[in-house]
Amino acid sequence: MEFSRTTLSNGLQVLLKEIHTAPIISHWLWLRVGSRDETPGITGISHWVEHMQFKGTPTFPAGQLDKDISRDGGFWNAMTYIDWTTYFETVPADKIDLALRLEADRLNNSVFEPEEVASERTVIISERQGNENHPLFLLDENVQAAAFDAHPYRHEVIGEMADLESMTRDDLYKHYRSFYLPNNAVLALAGDFDSEKMLARIRALFEPIPAGEVPRRVAQEEAPLSEERQVLTKGPGETVFVKVTYRAPRAAEADFFALSVVDSLLAGPSNLNLFGGGISNKTSRLYRRLVEKELAVGVSGGLQATIDPFLYAITITVHPERKAEDVVGPLDEEIARIQNSPPKPEELARAVKQAEALFAYGSESITNQAFWLGFAEMFDNYDWFLNYLDRLRAVAPEDVQSAAQRYLQPEQRVLGVYQPEGAAA
Amino acid sequence: MSETKLKPQHLASIPGPDDITRVELENGVVVLARHNPHSLSVTLHGYLQVGSLFDPNEKLGLADFTASALMRGTQRRDFQAIYDSLESIGASLGFDGGTHTTSFGGRSLAEDLELLLELLAETLQKPSFPKGQVKKLRAQLLTSLALRAQDTHNMAALIFDEMVYRDHPYARAEEGHPETINAIGVGDLIAFHQAHYGPAGMVIAIAGGVEPREAVERVRAVLEGWNNPQQPTPPDLPEWEPLPEKVYRRVEIPGKSQSDVIIGTAGPPRSAADYIPAAVGNNIFGKFGLMGRIGDVVREQAGLAYYAYSGLGGGIGPGPWTVEAGVNPANEERAADLIFAEIRRFVDEPVTKDELSDSQSNLIGSMPLSLESNGGVARALLNMERYSLGLDYYRRYPDLVGAVSRDAIRAAAAHYLDPERLAVAVAGPERKGT
Repeated sequence: MEFSRTTLSNGLQVLLKEIHTAPIISHWLWLRVGSRDETPGITGISHWVEHMQFKGTPTFPAGQLDKDISRDGGFWNAMTYIDWTTYFETVPADKIDLALRLEADRLNNSVFEPEEVASERTVIISERQGNENHPLFLLDENVQAAAFDAHPYRHEVIGEMADLESMTRDDLYKHYRSFYLPNNAVLALAGDFDSEKMLARIRALFEPIPAGEVPRRVAQEEAPLSEERQVLTKGPGETVFVKVTYRAPRAAEADFFALSVVDSLLAGPSNLNLFGGGISNKTSRLYRRLVEKELAVGVSGGLQATIDPFLYAITITVHPERKAEDVVGPLDEEIARIQNSPPKPEELARAVKQAEALFAYGSESITNQAFWLGFAEMFDNYDWFLNYLDRLRAVAPEDVQSAAQRYLQPEQRVLGVYQPEGAAA
Repeated sequence: MSETKLKPQHLASIPGPDDITRVELENGVVVLARHNPHSLSVTLHGYLQVGSLFDPNEKLGLADFTASALMRGTQRRDFQAIYDSLESIGASLGFDGGTHTTSFGGRSLAEDLELLLELLAETLQKPSFPKGQVKKLRAQLLTSLALRAQDTHNMAALIFDEMVYRDHPYARAEEGHPETINAIGVGDLIAFHQAHYGPAGMVIAIAGGVEPREAVERVRAVLEGWNNPQQPTPPDLPEWEPLPEKVYRRVEIPGKSQSDVIIGTAGPPRSAADYIPAAVGNNIFGKFGLMGRIGDVVREQAGLAYYAYSGLGGGIGPGPWTVEAGVNPANEERAADLIFAEIRRFVDEPVTKDELSDSQSNLIGSMPLSLESNGGVARALLNMERYSLGLDYYRRYPDLVGAVSRDAIRAAAAHYLDPERLAVAVAGPERKGT
């Protein structure tokens, strides 16, 4: 499968991977801007700018571009994350030119009409209110805020309500002009094309867009917590949730892979694919300790691939007949177990096998393969993905043990509880 | 420009009679298989002819509980042993109870298909329903029901079904209610399994890096010997009576920030002659682009909702045809008014030529994309079998969609959607004083 990497004269990085198994192309444009680039007063701005990217340029007026892609039989979406924003289209291979023209156009020419901004304000507030309906969102928001004192990772991508109500059209437009630059972007395509011809077309459409000065990214690495913080979130319902977070290594560090194995053993295999689905975790240590012992009805672990150290999170749905404190002791015991004794080589081999299967599932979809091209470039580079399994295989039992010791210290964590007002305390 | 024909290179990639294998075993199990030579993995999907239609009212949720309990232990393996077999190789397998059928799905690397099928056959034929595991499962089901009661979308859907379907079996929630789940014991699960699970009408579709002949033989090896002389035929559905008038119901869930609104009625079953025109019409109405006309009016123009779309259930019986939106509680009525206006427009006036050709182009053009993954292919095979569409269905699909006219869409809309006889289901927080 041919893969190529090129940087255009305006700084746009272009990654192309030919896949000729189906007449489909998936096209992704990544911008190095996310909620980590936001300061108080403009939290949620990157996500709102993402919405505004669908609200029109002179060539593709509001409401037209999504119809154009749909008419061609494509599917599309966009996402904002803490580290990046991305826009993708997966289309029949002979329809790719529309996606290329569209992305080249809105990288530079979005209009941000005031009426569209006003209309989208209520849509985004509606999105946030939909999130607020869910207890885990409320808990996540409070835990994330407690996990960081200054780093912008402390606020949610959707932003604070007060900021959503007060941000102006000019704030949004300034954010767009500051960060939406070809030298701050990665264009990645996977599918049924000829790389030479595709690159030529990309040059013709994207190279004329001028580079600009990318703002210094405000985020600074923050020291881990020095003592445990506890967060209590109250709200409606009957179900108690516990969320424990630890500061995690950035994805580009060797430790990331060791902690990924820790996660696999504790709560089941990590799955970084955007498309493809995961597997169950019923033989994981925490499932056996908490769910099989009827202290909890569910447990999950999450490690994310990020630019700066973010959070390793363990989320527990407490059994209806138990309380939050009933799960914390056993959780601590399992973490101490992995800190005190290295896992057996068979356990590591199993974690690798699971990762192999998950990558195989992810490779079924050209969209997912295209996703990985750009995603890995956001926090490292594509080699990170290509070498993932090898790096996982290189993790030794002692590495797992020392990663657990280094990162899963109770004094460095946030212990969050969602306590519903309906349930017994 | 819209296109209603697929290019040859796309048509060639669509499953058809020349590359789908279909075999019916002697005991009634139908096996469908298609090879994907580029894939390292294999996916299976399927269903059995058992669902909540068989649940007594006081034990509603029995079929679903039984389905979930199959993997809790067999005569040969306990719960941890079952999941160890799967998770050690990165494979997955699960069951899900529905109204007419119980479905199952699984995935593994291609070389592990044999193990996956072995587990499937074992959990289907010899589940042991261990008491301790059933108790744990019950707690999990009750927690899901507690979360359902707090979820505005789920609760709006629940009361919608009750209002629209009334005495019809589709009014009942297939996962049951806390009191009905608590009324189900291990004995009930055992009896339900023995009485209803069997090979007649079972369908399994396998897609991925396994040759079809091998897939069929592996299924045959583990399922051919299964028989259940007791297995009943699925019950007939009663006729659904249209709503006599518009009905409204609101359920209050304190502390919520957003309300969910669902408006609609029963729509066509998949077998209806006007199903395809209804589906094309529904695409225009609430799906195309950013959620069709509904998304355009409720989200883009009025800014009232992050999501506002329409859905056509189809199915064996008259599944729901709905418009759904998540809105600020202060805007429930305004959103409903806008939705009703759009329903009237959809029923009274033909869609435009451009709208029709756009949606046809979208449905036809996107079909190869949805058939790219093993899961997409397996689900397509099941769809063809469940509704007797024929193995050439997806190759004919462009012509079927291309043949739909504006008049046929309007007739279908008018047939099912009478704005004076729709249900409005709302779930949201306490109302503040007006």
